[in-house]
Amino acid sequence: MGHIDDPCSHCEEMMQPYLDHILSEEEMREAEHHLDECEWCRKRYRFEESLRVYVRTAVSEPMPAALKEKLAALRIPLN
Amino acid sequence: MAEAPSEATRIATNARDRVRFEEEALALSDQVYRVARHLANSREDAEELVQETYARAFRSWRSYQPGTNLRAWLLRILTNLNIDRGRRQQRTPPTQGLEANDYYLYDRLAETDGGLTDEDRVVERLSQDDIVSALSTVPHDFRDVIVLVDIGDFSYQDAAQILDIPIGTVMSRLHRGRRILKRELAESVVEEGS
Repeated sequence: MGHIDDPCSHCEEMMQPYLDHILSEEEMREAEHHLDECEWCRKRYRFEESLRVYVRTAVSEPMPAALKEKLAALRIPLN
Repeated sequence: MAEAPSEATRIATNARDRVRFEEEALALSDQVYRVARHLANSREDAEELVQETYARAFRSWRSYQPGTNLRAWLLRILTNLNIDRGRRQQRTPPTQGLEANDYYLYDRLAETDGGLTDEDRVVERLSQDDIVSALSTVPHDFRDVIVLVDIGDFSYQDAAQILDIPIGTVMSRLHRGRRILKRELAESVVEEGS
């Protein structure tokens, strides 16, 4: 059972910094080495990557056109 | 010796700089709104906040330093206004026990699906409403950094300046905030499944 082993807990801890590209080179190699061997963690990393893109898309709302007009009307007229 | 610019030239230069500033700021309004929409508690609040931000920005355009990040400057105004509007009176998060581990959401989805095969498809089980609603339940301190970094695409450094907090705090809030968001999403999936 991979998920109760320490390497997987450690890999879980490294997931966010890994995807944010803020791990040191050594830590990056360590994470990648584990991911190469562990499908259990690999699936969860891939899910996290997809989730981030999905969240970003899901919550992006276009600005209402009326608001855009209101903002333009706030400009200070030239004298 | 160069002649001092005439008053007319000075006024014309000033007007040109101001118009340029206003146009650049307006060109960023879609991006500002996208972030404001989730820093504020509702669509109406977000619209008001963006209007107040632009009104203030147009009044104090001289305090913007050309060549620096205008989007971050606008968001700094916006987050300050948002705080001034008293939203900090809302619930403050307890310090412990809010978030599950990072794999928690995937594991909950896997549990309710009886074995997942395609990780890219798994996220599609979450509806847009689930995500918007889960994000809105993340406490403000954590939500602010998620919205700025993960949705607004600001760097840690920009987020730290906008929120006036240390960069280490941005990182720790982001880390915890994402976990809180995933816990909320897991709960919505379990509720829908029950």
